[in-house]
Amino acid sequence: MAVFIEILKAVGLAVLVFTFLAIVGAMYGVYFERKISGWIQARIGPKHVGPWGLLQTIADTVKLLQKEHITPRRADWMIFNTAPLIVAVAGLLDWVVIPFGTAFGRVLVVRDINIGVVYFAGMASLTVIGILAAGWSSNNKYALLGGLRSASQMISYEIPLALGLLWAVMLAGTLSTVGIIEAQRASGWFLFKVPPFGLIAAVTFLAAATAEVNRVPFDLPEAESELVAGYFAEYTGMRFALFQLGEYAEMFAMAAVASILFLGGWLEPNMPVWVWALLGIAALAAAVFIRFSALRHVLLVRPILSLALLGAVLCGLMVLGLAAGRSPVLPSVLWFFAKMFALVFFLMWMRWTYPRLRLDQLLNLSWKVLLPIGLLNLLITGFLLTVAR
Amino acid sequence: MGELAAFIILSAVILIPATVVVASRNIVRAALSLVPTFLGVTGFYIMLHAEFVAGIQVLIYAGAITVLILFVIMLTQGGSGEEVRQVNEQVPLGVTAAVWLAFLLLLVLPRTPWPLSPGRLPQYSAQAVGSAFLTNYVLIFEITSLVLLVALIGAIVIARREE
Amino acid sequence: MTVGLTHYLVVSSLLFCLGLYAVLTRRNAVAILMGIELMLNAGNINLVAFNRYVAPGAVTGHIFALVVITLAACEAAIGLALVMAAYRSLETVHVDEINVMKW
Repeated sequence: MAVFIEILKAVGLAVLVFTFLAIVGAMYGVYFERKISGWIQARIGPKHVGPWGLLQTIADTVKLLQKEHITPRRADWMIFNTAPLIVAVAGLLDWVVIPFGTAFGRVLVVRDINIGVVYFAGMASLTVIGILAAGWSSNNKYALLGGLRSASQMISYEIPLALGLLWAVMLAGTLSTVGIIEAQRASGWFLFKVPPFGLIAAVTFLAAATAEVNRVPFDLPEAESELVAGYFAEYTGMRFALFQLGEYAEMFAMAAVASILFLGGWLEPNMPVWVWALLGIAALAAAVFIRFSALRHVLLVRPILSLALLGAVLCGLMVLGLAAGRSPVLPSVLWFFAKMFALVFFLMWMRWTYPRLRLDQLLNLSWKVLLPIGLLNLLITGFLLTVAR
Repeated sequence: MGELAAFIILSAVILIPATVVVASRNIVRAALSLVPTFLGVTGFYIMLHAEFVAGIQVLIYAGAITVLILFVIMLTQGGSGEEVRQVNEQVPLGVTAAVWLAFLLLLVLPRTPWPLSPGRLPQYSAQAVGSAFLTNYVLIFEITSLVLLVALIGAIVIARREE
Repeated sequence: MTVGLTHYLVVSSLLFCLGLYAVLTRRNAVAILMGIELMLNAGNINLVAFNRYVAPGAVTGHIFALVVITLAACEAAIGLALVMAAYRSLETVHVDEINVMKW
């Protein structure tokens, strides 16, 4: 009987997590992407459907659901129809090992498996099979080129990604994601450990992660201006949406793992009260300055006002909580999402700011820059840790 | 009960796609069928409490080797290969060899008295594997690294176009 | 009925025979490599299963499975590089057409 209860539990959790991801990850990922791109290009972004355009992506999804499924005549229909599923499922499976925080005395994670980090890397590397299958089976030269580019890119960038993961694993002494966060409770964020090597590892990891999820400046597989849409050029309707879902789920997962490895995951930043107070006052001053100057009419500056206000509220709450003597002031889930969305914002910022690399530049960056840096970083940090012990 | 069900499902996941791999006329479908086979083997490793090996299996086999194979297929030939003959004239020989080997193995395996020993595996196998690699098996580890390096250089030299 | 060592060995021997069939009959060099990968996987199942049922305290089987996986990666890289080189100079990947050294 225990087997069936386990299976029911797994199915329930899967439905819960995947629904959450489909809504938060894909739908609001797309919404934020549009809003942030609008901000960076001094536009407003979606605003007509729902308040502030919040329901825009839901309308888009309904539209995509109604569209016809088209399978090109000379395409390999079996592979063509399976490929979006591989991408979406691989993107969603990343989330099994990602802990969201703690509540009621237990960690909010689907499974805290003892090889969590290796599992994550494995699932992230499965996406490329779906992409390659999609590119080949579409029977379209642009799609095939996109698929081939994607394969070479993802194989190259898996290694710096794994080196970044290994750096954090080496410091924590465990492969479990929960274990890595717990290791940062005592020692502080891994970003600032063994300076400056923590920073180097984080940058290596983030660059490789951006390339793994095919985003600008590494978006060669789906370069709109040269390959139409790359490997999903032939896909329509919901299958196209599944590719988007997989991509956004993967991007959010990469941001979540980066926050777990280097920013302490759900742990609250451990800073004295006066630092929080100073930060809060600075944010408030910035908000007040923008509100009462002519700057508030500038489209580029307006979002900063709300961000500064949010930061001021956060710092104020922290100061009040710390003064009252509570040790984790805010719920851990909030911190996790704050860190994750900060990283997601960073990724989107890069996407809308930088131009695309050439293929040779891309491969050179991986093999001649990131790989040696990652290896040396691992070696030197290991040496320093051994000496220090 | 649950273990047996999982075993049967995983065996099907391994053997049915493996049959597609060896029998399909479409070479890309054959290569893609490697993925479920490798993932099924991963399931076996998890059932055998070899989590670390399972993770590495997904990472290397499913994530890298299959992609490499697909990559080379797409670089070397245009279509799916369905229009050319995929098997040579050794089919009768191959069938005979494979069936006889399977027959012999299936005959011998259940009758062999294996020196089974009860006992539990260590709880966390990645740590045990790591310390074993750097203590008792350090020579194997070093030689494997050397082979990897040689293979890396060799692959680059072989695949490079002559100027 | 619980799953024992023999179950794993039976599945792995079937997998090995499938791989052997592919190696013996395929013309495409890449398909032969795929057969070899199947055979290596069958061997790996054996190593890990023996480790679990015969010497549960040690990790020797895991070590050897990991070494085999590493060597399989090397083999795939070298083999596919050879296929690429052969394709470039002979314009075929079918091993029975690569026979210029035969006479």
